[in-house]
Amino acid sequence: MIQADLNVILPEIALSVFAMAALIFAVYTSKDKLAPTLVWVSAAVLVAVAAFIGLNGSGENIAFGGMFVDDAFSRFAKIVILLSAAAVLVMSQEYMQRRDLLRFEYPVLIVLASVGMMMMVSAGDLMALYMGLELQSLSLYVVASLRRDSVKSTEAGLKYFVLGALSSGLLLYGASLVYGYAGTTLFSGIIQTATEEDISLGLLFGLIFVISGLAFKVSAVPFHMWTPDVYEGSPTPVTAFFATAPKVAAMGLFARVLHDAFGGAVPDWSQVVALLSVLSMFLGAVAAIGQTNIKRLMAYSSIAHMGYALMGLAAGTAFGVQAMLVYMAIYVTMNVGTFAFILMMERDGQPVTDIGALRMYSKREPGKALAMLILLFSLAGVPPMLGFFGKFYVLQAAYQADLIWLAVAGVVASVIGAFYYLRIVFYMYFGEDTGEDLDTGGNPVLSGFLMASAAIMVVGIVNMFGVEGAAEAAAAVLVN
Amino acid sequence: METILLFAPLVGALLCGFGWKIIGETAAMWVATGLLFLSAILSWIVFLTFDPSLHEGGHYTVSILRWIESGTLSTDWAIRMDRLTAIMLIVITTVSSLVHLYSFGYMDHDPQWREGETYKPRFFAYLSFFTFAMLMLVTADNLVQMFFGWEGVGVASYLLIGFYYRKPTANAAAIKAFVVNRVGDFGFALGIFALFFLVDSINLSDIFAAAPTLAETQVTFLWTSWNAAELVAFLLFIGAMGKSAQLILHTWLPDAMEGPTPVSALIHAATMVTAGVFLVCRMSPIMEFAPNATMFITILGASTAFFAATVGLVQTDIKRVIAYSTCSQLGYMFVAAGVGMYSAAMFHLLTHAFFKAMLFLGAGSVIHAMHHEQDMMNYGALRKKIPYTFWAMMIGTLAITGVGVPVWIATLGEIPIGFAGFHSKDAIVESAYAAGTGYGFWLLVIAALFTSFYSWRLMFLTFYGEARGDKHTHEHAHESPMVMLIPLGVLAIGAIFSGMVFYKSFFGHVDTVGKFYGIPYAEASEHGEAKADSHGEDSHGEAKAEDSHGEDKAHGKEGEHHYAFAGQPGEGALYIAPDNTLLDDAHKVPYWVKTSPFAAMLLGFIVAYWFYIVNPAIPGKLAENQRPLYLFLKNKWYFDELYDAIFVKPALGVGRLFWRRGDGNVIDGTINGVALGIIPFFTRLAGRAQSGYIFTYAFWMVVGIACLITWMTIGGGVE
Repeated sequence: MIQADLNVILPEIALSVFAMAALIFAVYTSKDKLAPTLVWVSAAVLVAVAAFIGLNGSGENIAFGGMFVDDAFSRFAKIVILLSAAAVLVMSQEYMQRRDLLRFEYPVLIVLASVGMMMMVSAGDLMALYMGLELQSLSLYVVASLRRDSVKSTEAGLKYFVLGALSSGLLLYGASLVYGYAGTTLFSGIIQTATEEDISLGLLFGLIFVISGLAFKVSAVPFHMWTPDVYEGSPTPVTAFFATAPKVAAMGLFARVLHDAFGGAVPDWSQVVALLSVLSMFLGAVAAIGQTNIKRLMAYSSIAHMGYALMGLAAGTAFGVQAMLVYMAIYVTMNVGTFAFILMMERDGQPVTDIGALRMYSKREPGKALAMLILLFSLAGVPPMLGFFGKFYVLQAAYQADLIWLAVAGVVASVIGAFYYLRIVFYMYFGEDTGEDLDTGGNPVLSGFLMASAAIMVVGIVNMFGVEGAAEAAAAVLVN
Repeated sequence: METILLFAPLVGALLCGFGWKIIGETAAMWVATGLLFLSAILSWIVFLTFDPSLHEGGHYTVSILRWIESGTLSTDWAIRMDRLTAIMLIVITTVSSLVHLYSFGYMDHDPQWREGETYKPRFFAYLSFFTFAMLMLVTADNLVQMFFGWEGVGVASYLLIGFYYRKPTANAAAIKAFVVNRVGDFGFALGIFALFFLVDSINLSDIFAAAPTLAETQVTFLWTSWNAAELVAFLLFIGAMGKSAQLILHTWLPDAMEGPTPVSALIHAATMVTAGVFLVCRMSPIMEFAPNATMFITILGASTAFFAATVGLVQTDIKRVIAYSTCSQLGYMFVAAGVGMYSAAMFHLLTHAFFKAMLFLGAGSVIHAMHHEQDMMNYGALRKKIPYTFWAMMIGTLAITGVGVPVWIATLGEIPIGFAGFHSKDAIVESAYAAGTGYGFWLLVIAALFTSFYSWRLMFLTFYGEARGDKHTHEHAHESPMVMLIPLGVLAIGAIFSGMVFYKSFFGHVDTVGKFYGIPYAEASEHGEAKADSHGEDSHGEAKAEDSHGEDKAHGKEGEHHYAFAGQPGEGALYIAPDNTLLDDAHKVPYWVKTSPFAAMLLGFIVAYWFYIVNPAIPGKLAENQRPLYLFLKNKWYFDELYDAIFVKPALGVGRLFWRRGDGNVIDGTINGVALGIIPFFTRLAGRAQSGYIFTYAFWMVVGIACLITWMTIGGGVE
């Protein structure tokens, strides 16, 4: 029995063992000197586990009496999480080493956070959910304040921790309410109680609290306030990590709770999610206009993007979940490329985050400027790029679920949001040259990620590398 | 060969328009001209070697490529080669190549352009492009391809009228031409839609085959039930009206004279404006089944011929006189087509192309000599200064006024002797009489009188009398270079001989005309028996054999066999219904009818001679005495003023309303208000909410969850 259970969670065990082994090994040997190697090794392990899951996983395997679920949905989310975590790790190595930020704990923490995230998307029980969430969060709190000598970084870590604790409190309170009214913490048990006909108000309250806790993790309005400050204060590679893998994990968890545990009460939570979605889209679009710091700008951008992903979820259909998964995959790819570019933004070796520094960038670096243009167009959802199809998917899902007002609002918000993406393009191509140029050249690894990401935005129009099919299968498992 | 002659002008246009920077200005112009001459030579070869009897149905098709495939709409890009196409080919390519050549001289040192500016390759490219579009139009084997050419010539015409784009009047004229043509094109497009709706095909062969069915179909359009053939014929004619500047839609043609003179000669005299006539002839199978629509064509054509001739009487701009003359002559062609004498319409189209192009080019030569002075009141006594131009214009005038020997005096065998216009115009007038349309007949005769008057007036004012206007200009008047005179010479040959050479083919007897167009005809002997000849698969000759019986003695002097057309719609280039015996009837009209255009011509000449040579004071006095009439004619019957008040002013008013109020205030106002006022306000608000203090953030989270819970309690609890 236990043997079968362990087989199901083999990837998680492997990663945990690797993390602990790496920690001990580094402590007893050359510590930080080993960090670069450790980064690459960790990335390799993450990719290997992702490959293992992708190639080996099949069917639906339930372990530990339903607490842990390994199905197509969780596998899809896990692969996206692991690959994006590996990409961010690789991207951060050179940047952090040059600024003497690279501690050997960093890759270990990232791996542990990944384990937590994998736990989240596989959770089949409120306990498992909380365990995964906290493992991920605790790792991220530490990573956020990695730059111990910087006030901003410390402040970011602290803010994240305090507010994260509050959100955990909300989530736990919700979980206890659900347990109280449903009599079980297992999703499969809750779904039998929480049917549309007679869902008790207490269970509904519990659901709202759980949703609020999860909304904090995906930084949906009004639980988003931490995002800009943490994004700005954390070291840029950490910001890049925040913007990618944890978002996918939280979205996956969101979908799993809503469909696996509350699949019988779709109309009840659908309106709440739709409200969060529309608020996020508009706030993300409107507030970003006032930003000149590209990291804060990306924070609002991610808030808006989460709004769109939530739109797919709000539809409450299998197609909605599929749209959300596709959207997240595209979003992560775009963000990896964009952050690769932001990591390269520096003047005389010092990082620059002011978008004014990009004036006439296209003259000095036409190739990178073009790649960035493609990414920004894609982020804004300009038609030929892949980002447009992501938006199109979720809008279609909302439309098919009769949430026409939500789809219209999404379109309006995307028009407003286009402004700040296009402003960067404007600076790069038409702005006045101030003479304060950014450094040219840059790390080949980062350039590679930038170019690859931009290329995917164009090539993906023709062929999305099977993501659509996988997302469809994943969604079919979750919603039935 | 057909493909080469069709695409040579396009290649020329592309090479000249885009390649002149590489191959040089002069070379580019020669390439365009050379390719057009090639096209012209090939056209003549096609025309002369084309034998309709070798091909089934009198035509053959050259497929170029598969064009449109959508549902039941399936269309090739193909050349339909029959006699009608062949005639148009020689007209277009001959005049076009000569105009290309002429433009070398005329466009040189154009005062519209500054020193060192390059404009000639552009001009030649436009001309070649126009030629290509026109060839597309006439070779089309389906209506959509024809529409493509139709619009192509419209574009080329727009570009060339507005060629002097620094002149506001030229731009205005170009826009006017384009907009007025849109009205006609709308009718044409509706006609095509109607045909596709009714026949489910846009290929000419299918449409022709379905023509008899159409005549028996009723169709509802604009809440009224119509006969399908009548409706289609009428809609197509609206398209023809626009392109051929017939009354109501004619206002653009005189203004189009703002373009360079070679353009006027090519587009606004010889080719594009005759596209409407071509369309009506091409659709003859439909027209034959639409008696009411063709009656409308006849009446409108006659009215136009008369109207334009009256306006031409008092114009002083040399090009405008010729422009109104063109308008008037097009009216003649439509009368012929309207009464069912398509062949006579094509005949006049052919001869008119020669002599009118020549008149325009001659006028261009005069203008060139007089340093771009166009007012005839400033000409006079130019005969000695520019002798070659004078003789060319003289031949053109003799041709347009229709000088010839009346048939009762002398003929050359069966062919009357005279200049080109004599044959074709008389053919139309006789047909109009034979068709029994007194309105058409008399208006055409009066128009012939006026034509003669204004043409001779032009000659006398320009070449005779005292030199008027700027002395300096007159002293420097000089003959044009050879490149301009050679085209005049070639066209002169056409203006003199084309009538006599082609008389039998266009306006001979049923057998010669039938052979020429490839229309099957049946032999009808004196005893009223119908005998099918080699062509007449289905003999329809019998129907008409009886009628010709009584007339035989009067006409068939030698007692030879008689023929009647016996084709089905779609067989041969034209369809002439078996009961349409106009060709025979026209030859049998009384002698006074045959002489009437000649008499009108003579009268017009005498009056003009008296007014402008014998007693030059009379015109001024007449204008003084009949001031209202003079102003009425001088202002072109106030058509422009009328349209301005009815259409242009209200349209501008509506446009201004939408622009200022609708676009400016409502749309721009909303967008600007939202983008500059509301969104930044929210941006500031969001920025202020982001205070940086943890307690604010926590507070918002609590507020958020409180709101959600409240909402759920109220909304979800009720459920």
